[in-house]
Amino acid sequence: MGKLYKILKYFFITFWAVFVVAPFLWALTTSFKDFNSVNGGATYIPWVDFEPKLEGWRVLIKSPANGGVDIIEPYFNSLFVTCTASLISIILGTLSAYALSRFTFKAGFVKNNDITFFFISQRIMPPIVLSIPFFLFLGAINLLDSLIGLIVVYIVLLMPIAVWIMVDFFNKVPREIDETALIDGCNPYQAFFKVVLPNSIPGLIVAGMFCIIFGWIDFFFAFILTFTEVQLLPVKIVALNSSITPWWSLSASALISVAPLIIVAFVVERYLSKGNLSGAIK
Amino acid sequence: MNFKQKYVFLFPGLFVLIGILIFPIIFVIRLSLSGWNSYNGLNFIGLENYIRLFTDDPRFWESFFRLSFLSVTTVVLQYVIGFALAHMVWKDIKFQRFFRVLFLIPMMTTPVIMTVIWRTFFHESLGPVNDILSNFGMSPKWLTDPVLAKFTVIIVEVWQWTPFMFLLLLAGLLSLPKEPFLAAAIDGASPVRKFLYVTFPLMAPISIGAIIIRLIEASKIMDTVYVLTSGGPGTSTETSSFYIFIKGLREFQMGYAASMSFTYLIIMIVSLTVIAKVLTKLMLKD
Repeated sequence: MGKLYKILKYFFITFWAVFVVAPFLWALTTSFKDFNSVNGGATYIPWVDFEPKLEGWRVLIKSPANGGVDIIEPYFNSLFVTCTASLISIILGTLSAYALSRFTFKAGFVKNNDITFFFISQRIMPPIVLSIPFFLFLGAINLLDSLIGLIVVYIVLLMPIAVWIMVDFFNKVPREIDETALIDGCNPYQAFFKVVLPNSIPGLIVAGMFCIIFGWIDFFFAFILTFTEVQLLPVKIVALNSSITPWWSLSASALISVAPLIIVAFVVERYLSKGNLSGAIK
Repeated sequence: MNFKQKYVFLFPGLFVLIGILIFPIIFVIRLSLSGWNSYNGLNFIGLENYIRLFTDDPRFWESFFRLSFLSVTTVVLQYVIGFALAHMVWKDIKFQRFFRVLFLIPMMTTPVIMTVIWRTFFHESLGPVNDILSNFGMSPKWLTDPVLAKFTVIIVEVWQWTPFMFLLLLAGLLSLPKEPFLAAAIDGASPVRKFLYVTFPLMAPISIGAIIIRLIEASKIMDTVYVLTSGGPGTSTETSSFYIFIKGLREFQMGYAASMSFTYLIIMIVSLTVIAKVLTKLMLKD
């Protein structure tokens, strides 16, 4: 029994690992091909199957005037929008989460849980429902096709995640910490900033990672709310997928876009092993 | 604890969210009762859009059932595979950290960008999948056959989002108390019985949470479909979001698209609430 299970286990894990890695390896080989090696059918090993070229990578840093693709600007746009929206969401979300975890609110039939649910339920909202009014509204106030407009929209996407993770985190931070600080003469603000917040850094990091992931991977809003002035990375890369697709630069740019988030994977795994994520979904 | 300052903590976040959302939502409802064109803007036409939607648009309902099928299938697969993987790398395994990080990576990648890669991967004549299958004399049309295209969408969705399920379930497994496992070990329970009577029941609340979260996210399937098949061939992979997108932002029937969005939102809220209730009853019956 034990032995068979072990064999099956390693077989399954290996199988899944291959499945996970396959598209990345394919993108990696394709990024070194040129027109001829792509259209000659599927080939895998450089130098043996095909002659590697650097064209796919080189094109990415050239300006469009020289026949390049220029993903540098979209790259920094993406970074800027994701980080700014994440930061604002974390700040506002953490404050609200602290209030919901520590104080009691009551307005008619609305209680703490209902307010928390209101925050989290914004994830249920299908992006398409918001996209049409946002499209018309941002157009009306001249924020269509701008970074600020996107940041505003991304706050709606990310704040629910921040509140969700931080409410659970604060619920696990013992109340005695705040109470002691208050008895020692702190006011509620000091108690929060000097005592509770420094004890919540793991929670903040996890919430930050999730905001960055969900901000970075969004395509839909960037696709609908921006055109030419501002382009985010996913939109730029998908635009390559047109009539005659240059598979090589497409693959190279896909790999570049994935790279920064691999670091996030390591951080998330680390906090996972320490048990800091466990409260998040109960 | 109760202080006046509590409002200072709560209100900035709450009001920013409400402030950003309130006008769009009111506007969607208003727009759904209107015809819309760029010459004279909104003109009130009452429930006409809704009547058209409920009596004269089978395509919307087809896309909705297709969405239900796709999201339920992918979430079930993600749950089964995610649970299996999480259980396998939970303990007693070599290269534990390596596998855990590796299994997390797909969810960190942008779905549309990876879907573009998958498109080349499943390419009929130039992709590696058909290159390997051609050795066995097969060359399936992954993206242009109505049935296979759905299957391809499911494969890509499972690849992309099983890691999220895996993450939530592994976090759950790592937080389980030790005592029930010690008791089971003392009783000499077999691994299968240990899983069925200890691990699985303890994981039930976490499983429900994870499934609901994934269902919510899966119900928005749109990016993958847009890039992989553009809803095609025909309408065979078209989901609700994608159909609303075509009507609203391609054909600019804004009023009608708004009425579909609003109907769709109500159906989502009702069905997800029902699913959450049913799952809670089923998994926590003991």
